[in-house]
Amino acid sequence: MPPDEPRERAGAPVGRRTVVGLLALGGAGVVGGSWVQNGLARLLAPLENRDPTGLIALFPLGDTFRFYSVTGSVPTRTAASYRLAVSGLVTRPATYTLADLQALPQTRFVHDFQCVTGWRVPDVHWAGVPLSLLLRRAEPSPAARAVRFHSFDGAYTESMTLDEAHRSDVIVALQMLGAPVTHDHGGPVRMYAASMYGYKSTKWLSGIELTRDAVPGYWERRGYDIDGTIKD
Amino acid sequence: MSPPADAGPQARRRFSRAERAVHWSVTMLMTVCILTAAILYNEPLAILVGHRRAVELVHVYAGFALPLPLLLGVASIAYRADLRRLNRFTSSDWRWLRSRRRRDGTIRVGKFNAGQKVNASLTAGSIFVLLGTGLLMFFPHLARLSWRTGATFVHDWFALGLGLLVLGHIAYALKDPEARRGMRLGEVSDEWARAEHPAWADELDAEQDPNAA
Repeated sequence: MPPDEPRERAGAPVGRRTVVGLLALGGAGVVGGSWVQNGLARLLAPLENRDPTGLIALFPLGDTFRFYSVTGSVPTRTAASYRLAVSGLVTRPATYTLADLQALPQTRFVHDFQCVTGWRVPDVHWAGVPLSLLLRRAEPSPAARAVRFHSFDGAYTESMTLDEAHRSDVIVALQMLGAPVTHDHGGPVRMYAASMYGYKSTKWLSGIELTRDAVPGYWERRGYDIDGTIKD
Repeated sequence: MSPPADAGPQARRRFSRAERAVHWSVTMLMTVCILTAAILYNEPLAILVGHRRAVELVHVYAGFALPLPLLLGVASIAYRADLRRLNRFTSSDWRWLRSRRRRDGTIRVGKFNAGQKVNASLTAGSIFVLLGTGLLMFFPHLARLSWRTGATFVHDWFALGLGLLVLGHIAYALKDPEARRGMRLGEVSDEWARAEHPAWADELDAEQDPNAA
């Protein structure tokens, strides 16, 4: 009998220990990953920006946008063809062009973009028209208690209560990341609600409709909370 | 006029039908997971394909199903025997991992070499970590926000690691047609068994003819 044969069946259960070790590592990563990720991102972001090889960008540092679109392809709207309709239970319905929106007073601030699944892009620069300003100009009727957002992707909708819509951190964003909102980020005009999860910030915004009650949006009909306020 | 079983090149039974069924089911589900993961994660692909909800559902359900063949396989005796072999590391396994001459046959390898054992446990562990973190991301009510951020972080890095393991696994398979035949048909040549897994070939001889040992 070959000398290796009996030992082949014996030996330490290294395989099982490896599996258990990976599970422990995964568990520790779930609990502490947010903290590690912040450190890594802070450490590597300056390098990533100057990295000529682009290799650092291949690592999942978790601090970049993931591009969500619920339809196949979204039509492009230019500065000339873009229109935003404010309608529904209002005294003064209106349609804004991009130039109209640019001419209104703008709010600027820096805030994270937080997805409900966990990923976060820290310190994004935002600029746009406060939603409360557009609502004031439209003069909602007393029956209006909620706002419904429409997207020109043809499928996406979202909603907020009228109270939420009046928060000062809810804007009709014309700029993000220090430049006009690009098409892939939902441009030329998208919503941004700083205190709510990303699914509330409708991309490719085409309509703001005042309604009696909050109508569940695209992801809300698929299980997400209608109240999208970020909770720890 | 068939030759006696012990004469000339003979087919060696390497993997049972159940084991191959597990392997190829996992292959199918893993392929779906990797392709959909690429669409969900890679910016140009995500923009090109869109349909986030549909892609996500395919990814998530393929991911939920992925561990099932691994668990169902336990019903098979041959599968359980190979799990035991993959689990146990002997002193010659550690020597094999450290040695530069691991491929020249001086260290007599059993049914699985130490590299295959390492790959098996890393792959199995990663699949279960990806399942757990995937659940936390898919059902946001299960955990608080910072844990979901942690789950996303872990899911990303383990996916990267598992992707590299799968690439390595395929690269080794591409180099070895006989090993592929073993997983496709269940049989390998005696010559290959003696060259790549001599201690295993001896074991099979001993089982067939106890007096030969």
